[in-house]
Amino acid sequence: MMKQYLSDKVKAIKPSGIRKFFDLASAMDDVISLGVGEPDFDTPWHIREAAIYSIESGKTFYTANQGLKELRVEICRYMKRRFQLDYQPDANVVVTVGGSEGIDIALRAIVNPGDEVILMQPNYVAYEPGVQLTGGKPVFVELKEEDQFKLTPEALRSAITPKTKAVLLNFPSNPTGGVMTYEDYEKLVPIIEAHHLIVISDEIYAELSYDTKHASLANFPSIKDQVILISGFSKAFAMTGWRLGYVIANETFTKAMNKIHQFIIMSAPTAAQYGAIEALRHGEEHVEEMRASYQNRRNFIVKGFERIGLPTHMPQGAFYIFPCIKSTGLTSEEFCERLLTEQKVAVVPGTAFGEAGEGYIRVSYAASLEQIKTALERIAVFIQQFR
Amino acid sequence: MERNVLLSLLEKNARMDTKDLADILLADEASVIHEMSELEKEKIICGYHTVVNWDKANQERVMAMIEVGVTPEREFGYDRVAKNIYRYPEVDTMYLMSGRSEFIVIIYGKTMQEISNFVGAKLACIEQVKSTVTLFVLKEYKVNGIALEDDDKPSERLVVTP
Repeated sequence: MMKQYLSDKVKAIKPSGIRKFFDLASAMDDVISLGVGEPDFDTPWHIREAAIYSIESGKTFYTANQGLKELRVEICRYMKRRFQLDYQPDANVVVTVGGSEGIDIALRAIVNPGDEVILMQPNYVAYEPGVQLTGGKPVFVELKEEDQFKLTPEALRSAITPKTKAVLLNFPSNPTGGVMTYEDYEKLVPIIEAHHLIVISDEIYAELSYDTKHASLANFPSIKDQVILISGFSKAFAMTGWRLGYVIANETFTKAMNKIHQFIIMSAPTAAQYGAIEALRHGEEHVEEMRASYQNRRNFIVKGFERIGLPTHMPQGAFYIFPCIKSTGLTSEEFCERLLTEQKVAVVPGTAFGEAGEGYIRVSYAASLEQIKTALERIAVFIQQFR
Repeated sequence: MERNVLLSLLEKNARMDTKDLADILLADEASVIHEMSELEKEKIICGYHTVVNWDKANQERVMAMIEVGVTPEREFGYDRVAKNIYRYPEVDTMYLMSGRSEFIVIIYGKTMQEISNFVGAKLACIEQVKSTVTLFVLKEYKVNGIALEDDDKPSERLVVTP
């Protein structure tokens, strides 16, 4: 009844395709969920302890809008030692409320109504609404399984028009687990340079790269200033609930993003920022342990799906596999709904990540080996009826 | 196959199915079994133990850590006297230490009396042993990386998230 009062922009945004499965799965008992987009580890204790101590010592006030200087210094050191990227704490970094805010302020800082922003499909659920809210126009590039869900130069070129302002990338990818190597990116650089594209690069899963070393378009000096890099603490440090991320960019973009950030957010939560300082100073060993554990589970689940008869490419990053289920004759939604109701295993339909996800499902392996094993047994039983 | 990955998996769960290990290591089951027996032969894998919370099993058991001060021997250093100590089946675990005493010896017994008897009648009588300090363990909180009394709390993660 009150719908008439809503803004046109908000009305135009489609509801999330994940919501429905959340409601269904939440109402059931004994569900094994491989539908979760967050680590299954608790935040390492030393990080929690540092945040608790900051609260005990009365560090409960706003911080500088950009975030604690100490934290920004640590972020720059981390970017340097881990990814060979040079940035300055004052000129180039804003600490945000999760990577999600980073995506929002990056888009808002650069997109004018009518500008086109190239998005990958399938891809993370927040990008399209993010572009819509700026009045920009999302233009989709389909990533294909036969390319291991990488962005090819041909695909990028074909999506560019005179109105293209930016391209939003997310590698390692949620939902496909696909990555882009340095060599893959090298082929895109001339195109980005020639068309003066801004790259918004969501690298929240950077640390969870397996057989290859993580690369970023910011590693290419000729376009480094065109790249807005988004990252955070959620995935690598198992800190999703802390809601802490950061954006890194050239000085002009950083100032612009900080302007939005200071008016809508003020500053990211203070205790979380103190936890993050501890994470960057002393947490990398834990990151490596967790990464190794995900890698083991990735191998286990890929082999399991192969055995069940739903072969999938070996993803090189994040904690998802994205197997094709076309052989069952079901749509992605039907598959997930029936798997949930018949065998009580929750996975997410590929279509939740855009139409290009039809025929695929996203399966998260951020679950214990025992859970994955039981889920595989149940999926095998479920698949039987389509053979 | 990465040996150290196999070892760390077994260290966490020695009962892991060799089929599952093979999948994780992207190898076949036969080569996992072969690798494990090689590791056993090389004494890199020295045993497969179960972490038991004996309190919960209602089994009276006393554990003691004994600091043992000894005199080293020419030619043998600490090794021969160590062997004279760990040869006793009562000795479960033994370390050479830095600090105020040379060895830490861990022994289990049914009663404190049984442990005192062992220390007084056997351990302290070894020629090179100068001193013993017996520390009885009152409660075990965490053993081999496993917290014994942590309740499995249900996960509060949402079941489906983007």
